[in-house]
Amino acid sequence: MPSVLPDGEPVPEDGALPASALVGAGERPLGFYLHVPYCATRCGYCDFNTYTATELRSSGGVLASRDNYAGTLAEEVRLARKVLGDDPRPVRTVFVGGGTPTLLAAADLVRMLAAVREEFGLAEDAEVTTEANPESVDPAYLAELRAGGFNRISFGMQSARQHVLKVLDRTHTPGRPEACVAEARAAGFDHVNLDLIYGTPGESDDDWRASLDAALGAGPDHISAYALIVEEGTGLARRIRRGEVPMTDDDAHADRYLIADEMLSAAGFDWYEVSNWSTTEAGRCLHNELYWRGADWWGAGPGAHSHVGGVRWWNVKHPGAYAGALAAGRSPGAGRELLSEEDRRVERILLELRLREGCPVELLKPGGRAAAERAVADGLLEPQAYAGRGRAVLTLRGRLLADAVVRDLVD
Amino acid sequence: MPATPTHVPEPSRTDPALIRNFCIIAHIDHGKSTLADRMLQLTGVVEQRQMRAQYLDRMDIERERGITIKSQAVRLPWAPTSGDGQGSTHILNMIDTPGHVDFTYEVSRSLAACEGTVLLVDAAQGIEAQTLANLYLAMENDLTIVPVLNKIDLPAAQPEKFAEELANLVGCDPDDVLRVSAKTGLGVEALLDRVVQDVPAPVGVADAPARAMIFDSVYDSYRGVVTYVRVVDGQLNKRERIRMMSTGATHELLEIGTNSPEMLPADGLGVGEVGYLITGVKDVRQSKVGDTITQQHKGATDALGGYKDPKPMVFSGLYPLDGSDYPELRDALDKLQLNDAALVYEPETSAALGFGFRVGFLGLLHLDVIRERLEREFGLDLIATAPNVVYRVVMEDGTEHTVTNPSEFPEGKIDEVYEPVVRATILAPSEFIGSIMELCQTRRGTLLGMDYLSEDRVEIRYTLPLAEIVFDFFDQLKSKTRGYASLDYEPTGEQASSLVKVDILLHGDKVDAFSAITHKDAAYAYGVRLVAKLRELIPRQAFEVPIQAAIGSRVIARETIRAIRKDVLAKCYGGDISRKRKLLEKQKEGKKRMKMVGSVEVPQEAFIAVLSSDDSAGGGKGKK
Repeated sequence: MPSVLPDGEPVPEDGALPASALVGAGERPLGFYLHVPYCATRCGYCDFNTYTATELRSSGGVLASRDNYAGTLAEEVRLARKVLGDDPRPVRTVFVGGGTPTLLAAADLVRMLAAVREEFGLAEDAEVTTEANPESVDPAYLAELRAGGFNRISFGMQSARQHVLKVLDRTHTPGRPEACVAEARAAGFDHVNLDLIYGTPGESDDDWRASLDAALGAGPDHISAYALIVEEGTGLARRIRRGEVPMTDDDAHADRYLIADEMLSAAGFDWYEVSNWSTTEAGRCLHNELYWRGADWWGAGPGAHSHVGGVRWWNVKHPGAYAGALAAGRSPGAGRELLSEEDRRVERILLELRLREGCPVELLKPGGRAAAERAVADGLLEPQAYAGRGRAVLTLRGRLLADAVVRDLVD
Repeated sequence: MPATPTHVPEPSRTDPALIRNFCIIAHIDHGKSTLADRMLQLTGVVEQRQMRAQYLDRMDIERERGITIKSQAVRLPWAPTSGDGQGSTHILNMIDTPGHVDFTYEVSRSLAACEGTVLLVDAAQGIEAQTLANLYLAMENDLTIVPVLNKIDLPAAQPEKFAEELANLVGCDPDDVLRVSAKTGLGVEALLDRVVQDVPAPVGVADAPARAMIFDSVYDSYRGVVTYVRVVDGQLNKRERIRMMSTGATHELLEIGTNSPEMLPADGLGVGEVGYLITGVKDVRQSKVGDTITQQHKGATDALGGYKDPKPMVFSGLYPLDGSDYPELRDALDKLQLNDAALVYEPETSAALGFGFRVGFLGLLHLDVIRERLEREFGLDLIATAPNVVYRVVMEDGTEHTVTNPSEFPEGKIDEVYEPVVRATILAPSEFIGSIMELCQTRRGTLLGMDYLSEDRVEIRYTLPLAEIVFDFFDQLKSKTRGYASLDYEPTGEQASSLVKVDILLHGDKVDAFSAITHKDAAYAYGVRLVAKLRELIPRQAFEVPIQAAIGSRVIARETIRAIRKDVLAKCYGGDISRKRKLLEKQKEGKKRMKMVGSVEVPQEAFIAVLSSDDSAGGGKGKK
């Protein structure tokens, strides 16, 4: 989650949602995102809402510490229960992200999950994921998570090359993430993801191939590959501005993406979103798919974003302020926006176009359809999917130009 | 300070023998406005507490840039403290002159209203080219020259050296050169005394039909057009009907008076007097500088000499950045034209820039001033195309085209192309002769002559195509002479030249705004430079975009913008969605500001950068 919050209108003190947000809720899956805003150290490229101090205090003097964090977060889950009222939906996905969730004791993560289970109940086939730092887990930790109900785990591998990890300020040693995959399998996790980053300053095409090889060798059923985005205000942005490390250009990013798609496809992985590949449909990250398909999810934790029925809101960023609001019985929401019909149409296009299933052509206005036809002619959209199934589906080249295609299609 | 003069003669009843009409010729920054301020104070027409710096310069731009664009006249009573006229109150009419080369014609009319001029030169800088040009103009008008060195209080002043230089130019003794400090007021009384003593009184026929020359015409939103005149013969009286001799149009005199320095109505104006008229006309083109005014009944039959219609020399296309501002631009030009008889314009359409106007100017400063006023006073954001001159193209079949816009340059068999030329005068320290001649040579100049003004200062005269000056000539001259050179030029006619039109093609489509007419030897360099620059400025598109420079169908330069390969944000978590949608909205806004040239999106910044860059245009920037 980006550290800069959008502008919006205030959230009511009790966190109440407009009635319109719950209309038709029964037909939409419900997910929970649980944010853990702590890291051992801050990585130079990261602009997420995360803190390295173990104790943070609100202006009202409420202590937000790592030790009682699971308890604080559980309070927001109980608030969610109140806000959603008698919404009967069991939770379809839970995703614990950060920060570094595994900086907390495994028991804390299990407690957070338990809070969701107590208040809402979990669907029988619920997907329960946590992000994990390869340095901060061991077989016992993984076993405890698995026993507590987690069935999917995502390791931040980033690269197999020491010099690349160094630029990213990642402290794990090459080889450790691959070992984590084996430990997770041994602990009984059904689904394991490795996150990779390409286009780090100083990374070569061959470094990238080596990282992909290492990741594939470890046998995960899901791989995410993200181009490094140098966000303003990060240490890495400063180092690039000072000329200490070179900026990777867009053409190199394009080359690395093509390498990734080629190697992953050859190893039996299929893309299902611009930056995500899996071996099977079951291996897809269902939680992320909720984001991309306009489902409802409640994001709990400082700075976390939520979406329920066309209302997007986000919490205060600082863990102290967050804990303070909950202690006072107030919603920690910092702002929200009520999406108009047109906003929702535009969001659907920009999110669904990134998926392998593409977005339905019915979403497009005449200007957008004309643009889509040009994009088909220019080789950016699949002609068969467009003509045969009425869907705008990106080609390989189109995936690299997805934002440009979206700009034209929303017309 | 002397007491306020007593027994001040009134307008229309002033003995011509007591009148002195004079102007001040000076280079920008040499202190003319400060000297005028001091004279207003010393003669008591502006009270101390009302005084503000540069009282006479009304427009913001004038005050800010320290230049005087429009001249005015002030009636100053002065009883000399020494000399022949000691003690008796004289009337000094100080006529302020525009200080720039573009307004030579207006200067010449201001000079024609005077019998004498104060030649004001900075004692630390010496005379500059434009001052010299105006001095020659004054000499041609047989004006009495009162040479004055200003700023003698400055540590860097070299009064001995520059007194010598002035004496050589004017033909007087160095000791006759007055030394003043307009800032402190030192020597200004003596200067006023000298004006009374040296400048001849006006001579005219009092009982002849009235003849008054218009030397300035200013639009005032409250009063309509205020016309400034110098009466040569006879008398103009309030409420009579007058006739403009160039057009025959007649008007009633609603008001007549003098400026001291605010407008003060009077019964009339007699021989030799200077003042203003208000007739109710709304447009300065109905009251033209240089025209002669007479009475409607029993008026004069012969106009005073010297009238000319202003003729634009430099053209530029002005386009609103936001196409919907077009009506505002038209209204703004209409308003400016009320006050500027030399400003001409007509609607023009550019495939690249949309709707705008092709605007004709007297010269580069004129262009600059108008553009700045449009942007500042009317709040318009404009794109101005590179300035160009007027070409006369004669075809093999004998037909002729006048080209004011390069994109209208005719296709087909051309016999000759004629371009305007100017006589340029450059003044500079003699150590720079070599680099100045080199510059003029590369600009297709022909040396006319060279004279030493003093031991180490030289006047160099060249014939140069106006088009070569319109570009960065003045900036180049300044940089090659470390800022010491000054330039003046006057149009002298036209010459046949080997000129070609260079077109710029984007993805095969001609971009009219970038077409230029250049000498054939310079065409290649122009093409290469522009093509390289556009490659930098135009963002990569979804497809490869060739940029070509061509003469007719012959391509002389080519660059390629490679197709963009990546335009996608990798991550899209739940919290990114609002941000992503807002980014998309912002990008859509940005896309609206792009101009479509064929299928290529060109940012407006690219047009502005190419058209206004230092090395392709804007030579007027530094010229004052």
